[in-house]
Amino acid sequence: MINLDEIKKIVHQAKNETLEEQDILIYTLHKIQDKIPNNFIPEEAAEVVSQELKIPLSKVYEVLTFYTMFSTKQRGKYVIRVCTSLPCHVVNGREIIQAIKDELKIDFGQTTEDGLFTLEETGCLGLCGVSPVIMINQEYYGDLTPEKVRNILRKIKGGAKI
Amino acid sequence: MKPITVLVSVDSNSILLGAKEFLKYLNELIREHNLDTIVEVLETGTIGNYNGVTIAIMPDNVYYSVNTQEDVLKIFEEHILKGRKVLELEIDKEKVLNLTTEELPKEYKIVTRNIGKINPKNIDEYIARDGYFALAKALQMKPEEIIDEIKNSGLRGRGGAGFPTGLKWEFTFKTPADQKYIVCNADEGEPGTYKDRLIMEGDPHSVIEAMVIAGYAVGATKGYIYIRGEYYGSVENLRKAIKDAYEYGFLGSNILNSNFSFDLYIRLGAGAYVCGEETALLESLEGHAGRPRLKPPYPPQSGLFEKPTVINNVETLANIPPIILKGADWFKSMGTESSPGTKVFCFAGNLSNRGIVELPMGVKVKDLLALSGGVAGGNTLKMVQTGGIAGTFISTDKLEVPLDYDSFAKYGVSLGSGVILGVNDKHCVVDIALNVMKFFKHESCGKCTPCREGTKIAVAILEKMSKFEGTENDLEELIEIANVAKNTALCGLGQSFSVPLLSLIENFKNEFLEHIEKKVCSANICKKVEKTKKKAKLAK
Repeated sequence: MINLDEIKKIVHQAKNETLEEQDILIYTLHKIQDKIPNNFIPEEAAEVVSQELKIPLSKVYEVLTFYTMFSTKQRGKYVIRVCTSLPCHVVNGREIIQAIKDELKIDFGQTTEDGLFTLEETGCLGLCGVSPVIMINQEYYGDLTPEKVRNILRKIKGGAKI
Repeated sequence: MKPITVLVSVDSNSILLGAKEFLKYLNELIREHNLDTIVEVLETGTIGNYNGVTIAIMPDNVYYSVNTQEDVLKIFEEHILKGRKVLELEIDKEKVLNLTTEELPKEYKIVTRNIGKINPKNIDEYIARDGYFALAKALQMKPEEIIDEIKNSGLRGRGGAGFPTGLKWEFTFKTPADQKYIVCNADEGEPGTYKDRLIMEGDPHSVIEAMVIAGYAVGATKGYIYIRGEYYGSVENLRKAIKDAYEYGFLGSNILNSNFSFDLYIRLGAGAYVCGEETALLESLEGHAGRPRLKPPYPPQSGLFEKPTVINNVETLANIPPIILKGADWFKSMGTESSPGTKVFCFAGNLSNRGIVELPMGVKVKDLLALSGGVAGGNTLKMVQTGGIAGTFISTDKLEVPLDYDSFAKYGVSLGSGVILGVNDKHCVVDIALNVMKFFKHESCGKCTPCREGTKIAVAILEKMSKFEGTENDLEELIEIANVAKNTALCGLGQSFSVPLLSLIENFKNEFLEHIEKKVCSANICKKVEKTKKKAKLAK
């Protein structure tokens, strides 16, 4: 379960890193989401942020739902972000997407039944020198083929660390 | 210094090609042969080769492109141990591109001066190549003199809009306020653009130095680098660089005994393309959803926390230290009259040699394509998109156009962020248009109607066309939507989706008409969708 004291600690630490009082909401949310398994911000955590930073809860949620890297609902242990922008699209990006969807049997925005993977779209990741590319949590994978991407996913399913 | 230095590129692109494994293997080989005292291995940025990991041997000045451990072993045994070049692995642009030296456009390294040459995590190496000398010089100058130098240089914003940098600084300087800010726009999200990532990963101190100079020039004491949340590698190098700059006294209070103080922090984005728009970026820095503001007032008058703010792109900033050191006239000797200096171009899509090159402004699209090695895999070039996703698509008869900030007004070809995206003839224009418009629909912040609704309708129409259900009326509606958004949308995002859309329709109208009239997709990508399922349901 989520340890609210730990969330409080994260917010306090972030407060020490401010240059101006209002500049840390997004920074803090990143730090919290990085700590929470399943890559999301639960309501209890959002409430702590709201109280500690003295920002209305509605405002915290406006920010949480505006930015695609944040999620208010539970995601998989691994969040797969697939670049769907044109530089990846024209180098067989479509096949990579299909291979992932077939392998995991989920569509964009969905999580596998075992709670292991969530599939999301992302804009250009700035790795167009080795496109098509995807991200799994904080790791990048490039120069992909359907074969390569299947292997990566199968390895993770088999318990390999990324 | 050890007699032999081996440079290995470990930027984010190279890591995906195995750079870390090669580095580890190379170090093992060196230890095994007890050459630790003779061979120094350094991690650097990239020189822009992505056919493999770049390994350079100094002082021989030989560059290799490496794809396997065997390649590493070969270079170690042949070159390092025996002093013989491994010709088949050497990067030889002339040979690869089948061009003579005269035919190759000459590269100039201003922005990329240190990338691939220094270890970006070592501040001493930056200093050894005249790093922070420009800051020392600037602190001896009057702020007005610095601003004049930048104004005279004609440097224009490299993020894509091309606004004169010196003017931004001057407006900010002239606005009285108790607090001013310098913001580095490192929210690189323009599809196909990865130059800012490579600058931050390969030479982070050049950005920091420029921001301190900007701060001194306009009277700002605080700065932010707003960087994409997805750019982990860049954040890591920048954090280290900022920490070191504080330790050496290039950041913090009383910098180089000048009584000038400057603090610099990194803030992360969280996945919103629109935050690359400067006022949306400011909103995001202030902890809000990134929705653009109404302009005017512009950031130099009222920016971050309503204070005067300079916002410059990463590449723009990397130009500042050389201009301060070498002067405006030197800078103006390169490029074109209206757009002096160089531009970093990124090759993407179906091109043979994807990577970055730095060339003088005014270089022709044709020459850039030659440097990129042309279309990969023996296919034919169908079109090129210049300038990023919000840039123009051009057909192969427009490749003679020189690229600078005037080329859009003069020839309808945009420079934008410097992307050269090659698309081969296996692709369908309607499908490309659909991909582009889906991107804009997804990234529209929803604040103004022309963008929010326009992108939605455009996607719906293009989806219809891709199922061969479009009409000629639909094509006209697409053009109208694009024109309305161009004239009425609130910010650059909404105004600019018309550029790719209209240029596609203008250059490839016949292919759109083929989908509408003949119900044919010559690239065989669009498919007719049978409606049998629905009918079956109705029958029940």
